[in-house]
Amino acid sequence: MASYSTNEFKSGLKVMLDGDPCMILENEFVKPGKGQAFNRVKLRNLKTNRVSEKTFKSGDSLESADVFDCEMQYLYNDGDFHHFMEPENFEQHQASNSTVGDAALWLKEQDLCTVTLYNGTPLAVTPLNFVELEVVETEPGVRGDTATGGNKPARLSTGATVKVPLFVNQGEIIRCDTRSGEYVSRVKG
Amino acid sequence: MSTEDWRPGAPLENLRRRAQILARIRAYFAAAQVLEVETPQLCPTTVTDPHLHSMQVPGHGYLQTSPEYAMKRLLAAGSGSIYQIARVFRADEMGRRHHPEFTMLEWYRVGFTLDQLIDDVAALACLALGETRCVRHRYRDLFRTRLGLDPLRCSIDELRAAARRYIDLAFDEADRDTWLELLMGQVIEPTLGIDTLSFVVDYPPSQAALARLHLDAEGQVVASRFELYHRGVELANGYHELLDADEQRARFAADLRERAARGLPAIAIDEPLLAALKSGLPDCSGVALGLDRLFMLAVGSDSLREVIAFSPPENR
Repeated sequence: MASYSTNEFKSGLKVMLDGDPCMILENEFVKPGKGQAFNRVKLRNLKTNRVSEKTFKSGDSLESADVFDCEMQYLYNDGDFHHFMEPENFEQHQASNSTVGDAALWLKEQDLCTVTLYNGTPLAVTPLNFVELEVVETEPGVRGDTATGGNKPARLSTGATVKVPLFVNQGEIIRCDTRSGEYVSRVKG
Repeated sequence: MSTEDWRPGAPLENLRRRAQILARIRAYFAAAQVLEVETPQLCPTTVTDPHLHSMQVPGHGYLQTSPEYAMKRLLAAGSGSIYQIARVFRADEMGRRHHPEFTMLEWYRVGFTLDQLIDDVAALACLALGETRCVRHRYRDLFRTRLGLDPLRCSIDELRAAARRYIDLAFDEADRDTWLELLMGQVIEPTLGIDTLSFVVDYPPSQAALARLHLDAEGQVVASRFELYHRGVELANGYHELLDADEQRARFAADLRERAARGLPAIAIDEPLLAALKSGLPDCSGVALGLDRLFMLAVGSDSLREVIAFSPPENR
């Protein structure tokens, strides 16, 4: 497996640290007046999502991690596992509820999402940036009120709750930004 | 590459300020009768320091990491006090405060003690930064106050334990100087010179480089070297210059042994420098100051990119 020296550390690079796959977020070169240089490296542990800052001696290296992102279709949840499929070869993968985490709130069956594989096993799931979901529960809409502010909670088919404008009705499809968890617009259907 | 990438990375206003400070520096040295000199950036050999990586130009030698050796040959030839505004080059150095190519102001004052040179550096820094109060710290006292240990006498295990207390480390093993440099650079340095020019003096003898040694007030051997910090940024490094050619040769040899141990390429010792020392370097003190960093602080920025017209691409 390839290894990377501190001067090759770039944001996005995936490496092994203390037995866990990590992604490099930032790499700062620091050097005192004379002598040994160091790299202060911010990394996200891809298993726990914890971000830490580690100091390396410049020139030290880390093994690369066998981690890559794969676009997959979400199939269904059997209670314990979420099931995904690679659209090209129909290969199926299962991920535990804890691996999927909050991403489950935005996963609609048949939708595409990004599954991060580590040594071939799902490590994390990222929904599309924008998803279109049905409102299954909200207070009745206020007809004609499209201008004034004000909002109300709405529960979506996947279980997420978002704040929507007062004019949105139960049964309508809305577009949401999964990164912020915010309502974007109504979808004409 | 977008079509807008031809534009300078620094505001023109900062570049005008840079030119203005450069003019003041030249006027300062002219008034003090310090001669401006130029020495080659490309030389047949280069520094032996295992922590400095020179860029090699095949068939020609190395781009210099500092003009020090050539300037010392001028001093030995009787130039009197001299200064140089030099472009210098260091491979594998890239960061917010490090560029592989940068501008160094290096000067030597014949007959100056280290104390006199510190006053000189303070006066010059104030040309760029405005009047700023100066303070001095002994290296040893900084470690005692901030970390509760004597850097010259404590054990390596104590240094390691102190480093672990403050820093999340990705390594366990390091030599004494590496631990000291880590603690100095990451724990002490950021707190230095918040609103002052902070001069740190009396470095450990193992970090003397081209400085003489002397006994400190407690009878411990220390290096006649200082560093200047302002707002947590290391700005300058000065020495009461070593005059002894044999001692200098021994330090070069020690560097080369260290390079071999680290698997770094060997560097031919700069014989003309040693010959110049042998023929007699006048008693002098010298200092190298990172001009880009000085400009950066003068315009109130924390990135070199703000004061350099065209910076190298970021390694991100």
